[in-house]
Amino acid sequence: MNAFFMIVQRDLLLVMRRKSEVLTALFFFVIVTSLFPLGIGADAALLRKIAPGVIWVSALLATLLGLQRLFASDYQDGTLEQLALSPRSFVVLVLGKITAHWLVCGLPLLILAPMIGLQFDLDSASLETLLLTLLLGTPVLSLIGSIGAALTLGVRGGGALMSLLVLPLYIPVLIFGAGAVYAKSVGLDVAGHFSLLGALLILALAFVPWVSAAALRIAIE
Amino acid sequence: MNDLTNKSWLNWFRLASPSAFYPVAGKLIPFFWVLTVAFGLAGLWVSFFVAPVDAVQGQGYRIIFVHVPASWMSMFLYMIMAAWAGIGLVFNTRLSAMMAQAIAPIGAVMAFLSLWTGAFWGKPMWGAWWVWDARLTSELILFFLYLGFIALQASIDQVRRADKAGAILALVGVVNVPIIYFSVKWWNTLHQGASVSMTKSSSMAHTMLWGMLLMALCFWMYAIAMTLMRVRVIILERESHTDWVQNLKEVKG
Repeated sequence: MNAFFMIVQRDLLLVMRRKSEVLTALFFFVIVTSLFPLGIGADAALLRKIAPGVIWVSALLATLLGLQRLFASDYQDGTLEQLALSPRSFVVLVLGKITAHWLVCGLPLLILAPMIGLQFDLDSASLETLLLTLLLGTPVLSLIGSIGAALTLGVRGGGALMSLLVLPLYIPVLIFGAGAVYAKSVGLDVAGHFSLLGALLILALAFVPWVSAAALRIAIE
Repeated sequence: MNDLTNKSWLNWFRLASPSAFYPVAGKLIPFFWVLTVAFGLAGLWVSFFVAPVDAVQGQGYRIIFVHVPASWMSMFLYMIMAAWAGIGLVFNTRLSAMMAQAIAPIGAVMAFLSLWTGAFWGKPMWGAWWVWDARLTSELILFFLYLGFIALQASIDQVRRADKAGAILALVGVVNVPIIYFSVKWWNTLHQGASVSMTKSSSMAHTMLWGMLLMALCFWMYAIAMTLMRVRVIILERESHTDWVQNLKEVKG
């Protein structure tokens, strides 16, 4: 467990030394969501309706931006190989890196989302649901994304390829995440959506660290 | 007797070697093509001339004879592909990885065919080429998963890494197959429910069912024949440095 926190702390420290990379993904999120009202028109009723989908899709894309860096620099300078060789469980170390990625890329989205939601004229109940779905959903995005990042490590054209691999796997999260906010806004029960999102999170937590660790071992073989 | 069974077992495992499998596959291919044509002709004859006109959907329903077999094959081929990929990952066998690589484009074509014929069927029946129904969407994801698998394998230069990375992706994507299969049950949306089931008798006319099963067999045989052809090419490509490939009649010319 100690190793887990060490890795999280190290990755956060590395990020704090180079803040611009994180801020890029966040500004991307803000700008993409702001483009929709400009492209579609400022009809408040329409914006309210598309807000959950727009915010969720933008969150997916912003997560994707950060994923490319998840293992890349450690792979290049050989740290990843050392981690894989270390006596600590590689799976735990990988989970630590994924956690750090979520803290850097997922959590800030959660903090920004209410502001974006207000731009789209969401009421407070919908905003609350949006926050909860993002809280459950963004860790799943980081987890599933780590598989794609590990598989495309060091591959030419890796970034575009990773989106092709990862985005299809993101679809369930998107459907239930945006679906919950939409259901709330029209007064339907949202418990089912939350159960499914929770189930996705538990499943991803249970299996993804092993899968990613295996994929990383293949990459550094 | 004991000796014989031992030998036949040995023969089975001998086929796991590309050099042993290559000529056997070559002999099997014409056989499966004959079956493809035979089942195809029989299936088309039943589906166009024998099967009755549907009471609700008229003649338009006849696309079912391509649509349903293609959808079945797209899901089934994914499972087979993932199984071969998994075997390759666990036992480090070269041929299984080649099989997975050979199956992927065929599965992708089947998924595409399923979506395209579905669109042709949907337009007259639902009045729309495409709806965001659970089954359609999950089939689309399956198509993307095939493309992802093909793209990942194509973009990694080292063969062994490409095989292993592809295998992991294929195994992760297996999650989607039961979602497609049960999607008509779980989400009660526009796509009609299953007409054929293992547990209760079919809800369609018998000749329709026969037409569909014959066409499904035709698709099966086609998929096997194509896989064998593709895997032979992949074997030649990957084993081109070996003596046995250099000495092949078709390579020497």
